[in-house]
Amino acid sequence: MIKFSEIKKSFLVSLWFMFLTFPIMVIRVNPIEKTVQWRWRNMMIIGIGSFLLSFVWRFMLERKESGQKKADVFGIHKISFIQRILQEPKIYIPLLIVTGVFAIVFPFIFSAYQTNIMITALMYVMLGLGLNIVVGLAGLLDLGYVAFYAVGAYSYALLNYHFGLGFWTVLPIGAVLGVIFGILLGFPVLRLRGDYLAIVTLGFGEIIRLILENWNEFSFGPSGIANIPRPGFFGIEFSLQSATNYIYYMMIGLTLFTIFVVNRLQNSRIGRAWMALREDEVACQAMGIDKTKTKLTAFALGATWAGMVGVIFAAKTTFINPASFTFLESAMILSIVVIGGMGSIIGVVIGALILILLPEYLRAFSDYRMMLFGAILVIMMVFRPQGIISNVRRTYKFQGKQQ
Amino acid sequence: MEYFLELFLGGLTRGSIYALIALGYTMVYGIIELINFAHGEIYMIGAFTALIVASVLTLFGLNQIAILVLASITAVIYSAAYGFTVEKIAYKPLRHAQRLSPLISAIGMSIFLQNYVLLAQTSDFLPFPSLIPDFEFWEAYSHIIGSAELVILITTTIVMILLTFLIKFTKIGKAMRATAQDRNMAMLVGVNVNQVISMTFIIGSALAAVGGVLIASHIGMINFYIGFIAGIKAFTAAVLGGIGSIPGAVLGSLVLGLTESFATGYVSSDYEDVFAFALLVLILIFRPAGILGRSTTQKV
Amino acid sequence: MEPILDVKKLTMDFGGLRAMDHLDLDVMEKEIVALIGPNGAGKTTFFNCITGIYTPTKGDILISPPGKTRERINGLKPNHITEKGMARTFQNIRLFPNMSVLENVMIGRHCRLNSGVIGAVVKGKSTIREEKAVVEDSYKILEKIGLAEYVNETAKNLPYGAQRRLEIARAMATEPFLILLDEPAAGMNPQETRELEELIKKIRDVEGLSVLLIEHDMKIVMSLSDRIFVMDYGKKIAQGTPDEIKNNPVVIKAYLGEEVDA
Ligand SMILES: Nc1ncnc2c1ncn2[C@@H]1O[C@H](COP(=O)(O)OP(=O)(O)OP(=O)(O)O)[C@@H](O)[C@H]1O
Ligand SMILES: [Mg+2]
Repeated sequence: MIKFSEIKKSFLVSLWFMFLTFPIMVIRVNPIEKTVQWRWRNMMIIGIGSFLLSFVWRFMLERKESGQKKADVFGIHKISFIQRILQEPKIYIPLLIVTGVFAIVFPFIFSAYQTNIMITALMYVMLGLGLNIVVGLAGLLDLGYVAFYAVGAYSYALLNYHFGLGFWTVLPIGAVLGVIFGILLGFPVLRLRGDYLAIVTLGFGEIIRLILENWNEFSFGPSGIANIPRPGFFGIEFSLQSATNYIYYMMIGLTLFTIFVVNRLQNSRIGRAWMALREDEVACQAMGIDKTKTKLTAFALGATWAGMVGVIFAAKTTFINPASFTFLESAMILSIVVIGGMGSIIGVVIGALILILLPEYLRAFSDYRMMLFGAILVIMMVFRPQGIISNVRRTYKFQGKQQ
Repeated sequence: MEYFLELFLGGLTRGSIYALIALGYTMVYGIIELINFAHGEIYMIGAFTALIVASVLTLFGLNQIAILVLASITAVIYSAAYGFTVEKIAYKPLRHAQRLSPLISAIGMSIFLQNYVLLAQTSDFLPFPSLIPDFEFWEAYSHIIGSAELVILITTTIVMILLTFLIKFTKIGKAMRATAQDRNMAMLVGVNVNQVISMTFIIGSALAAVGGVLIASHIGMINFYIGFIAGIKAFTAAVLGGIGSIPGAVLGSLVLGLTESFATGYVSSDYEDVFAFALLVLILIFRPAGILGRSTTQKV
Repeated sequence: MEPILDVKKLTMDFGGLRAMDHLDLDVMEKEIVALIGPNGAGKTTFFNCITGIYTPTKGDILISPPGKTRERINGLKPNHITEKGMARTFQNIRLFPNMSVLENVMIGRHCRLNSGVIGAVVKGKSTIREEKAVVEDSYKILEKIGLAEYVNETAKNLPYGAQRRLEIARAMATEPFLILLDEPAAGMNPQETRELEELIKKIRDVEGLSVLLIEHDMKIVMSLSDRIFVMDYGKKIAQGTPDEIKNNPVVIKAYLGEEVDA
């Protein structure tokens, strides 16, 4: 039974939120026509909504706290349901096969429109995995990740425009430019403390965007670059439909490649160093790890993927302008990493699919998309900072030695 | 020479607005070492609230001064309330979390509030009524500095003086300073740290609202996105002065305002925002402690 | 014989505060040396200076690793100093809390391995061999330190005493010639303290390392150390064998009010 005091608390919360949202939610002015619209219904929604949500909020907070206490006292660390599924070969192998088959037949079952959405989702999987190296593994909060994405996109657009270079030539160039920019931007900022690093990378991201917007001779300014060719296949011209399918399969391949590489990196000497760096910088250095070099590697490798996906983005949309590379884009990729689970590959894949596909398919949501991202960042940090799928440590077996 | 003077005073005006916002960053950082990313949005909400109140009151036919006063007061109250609530929701549960968690939460809050205003109001630029009247006695000098700018400079100065008093002499001010120096120690001597933190958010947000109303009525246009750029610039100013230091925030803001004013006046106005960002990057790289901050060795 | 660590006139200022004042200290090969002093004397600061975490204001730090030439290491980065063979533990435990016990030790091996990004992705023969070796070596170290039962445990879930031992294991993994222990017995129960004492002895006698030890537990200090240095207010106030220190009036005075249960 819910106690009276709880109801009173929620009631007060609800009153507070009705007061708080009153001017912005209820009143809408049109200063040009000098009319005012009163939307009292919104106030009611806020009132009821915050009343109910405040119960949920308190319940979740309590649960989190008691969970922490339990873990502290007994040293238990619960492995979540999803993780258990993922560790059981009887379950995950069929799951993998089904997913694989589904991915292969997808373009034949669904329309080109759906396939396009899926391509976008896969691009975000790659971006998420790339940023995951920087944020999730190395613990460097990079808020300017989109800058490298822009570098990739513009390098394809411009190299193609001026020199007629093709997609497959520029793809590695985009990756290399990503690395170069990663090192150039990373080098000066990597000795900064975590939160300053975040702001400086944000600054860099915005500077690059503003330059693209204003340096007309170089980047064609806000009007952008159009007629960028789609990826070719040994000179064969595709129809729009088969071009979409082609990009789709290419993306499946590249995503698998990304997962492969990131997984290898994660379980290597470098990957361990990144994680150690995230956990404790001072101890990390005292253990003989070169902080700057390790951070720079993470930064540059993260940028590689952004550069590559940038090239793909330009080729897919055939048109780019600076408006595609705002801070919100960086924030979106960050949300993917955060919701998925920092440092967890499957988490990031699921996170990207959820965040990109959900708003597409639930049309009603799509207006609320950015607001939702913001709320997700807050809620995840408050209730589940490790993400949907927390990164489980690999276990090692030593025959006969362990009980 | 006159152009120089114009740019100089324009820079001061700009700088004093930045100062009103930068103080919020610096005070919060001084107390809980968090870059309150959502602070720019609090400022934007202040401006929006003022716009809404002013528009409604205009329909009721109040006179301009009354509107100015009522709109400003409402804006200050609402911004303070938002600041208070944001802290309770997004930061308080994260007091003992890893360092980056509150920052990510703050970024989330910032995006949330931007889109909340966007959805509840509009994405268009709204014309903001020029609440500050043109004084007749100032007519002769208005080609150098307009009366709106004059009001901004005077208001900011008064607010700064009040803030200094508050921090130096009141009980809550002393508690804030104690908490900023050593939170655990403050707690031991009986300071209610939660209350101090809430108070810091309230004061910082109220200052931002004052800035919001002043700049909105000066520039005459607002939309949901104004908080982002203004926030980053004010943050730059706070870092420039030495984050955590209140005089530093004011000094940094004036330096930034003047730099921008002269750079756009003499170099190019296309890259207005680039100057601020570039300045931010340069300070953080070469002198992260800022002008007035002292560099310290992190204790191990 | 030349000392393997030779510190001369080391001074460290924090703003106006002089936390360490012209300190001289030396450690010989296979020696256990203790550094003691009241709280705030500057002992940890000394460790931070010689491991490169702080940059000392003045003074010289010279090392002569066994079989290598003497060199000055002032101003080197912490990771280079660790590579040269000085490894440390921290007074306020600084493990990698969310990594497993084995991984913590594997991090210690980092500076003795070579594989890079390309190696990680391609995973050629040498990388595979190296990875296999690092797992085995790390496990061996855990066995030596007595932590084998916890291999796959997450570091933050270990009992307190085991966490302190894991710090030692991690430092050992870097293959040091000198290991610096900052209050390893702090917070341990008598049983754990006794085991720790055994362990430190073993590190010197079996592994052949030198040990520089900061410790408040005088029983350990007196029974383990070959020589003791005493600090107070950043200055060295005495040095000598345990017996000399026990009877030194200056030391007793510095510790007045603090118990000396020797
Ligand atoms: N990074 C720093 N900045 C400013 N002061 C510092 C810093 N590190 C240490 N100090 C000061 O230097 C003095 C010596 O501290 P230190 O930690 O070296 O003492 P200690 O001998 O290790 O004490 P304990 O036995 O309590 O560990 C103290 O007054 C301390 O406050
Ligand atoms: Mg100490």
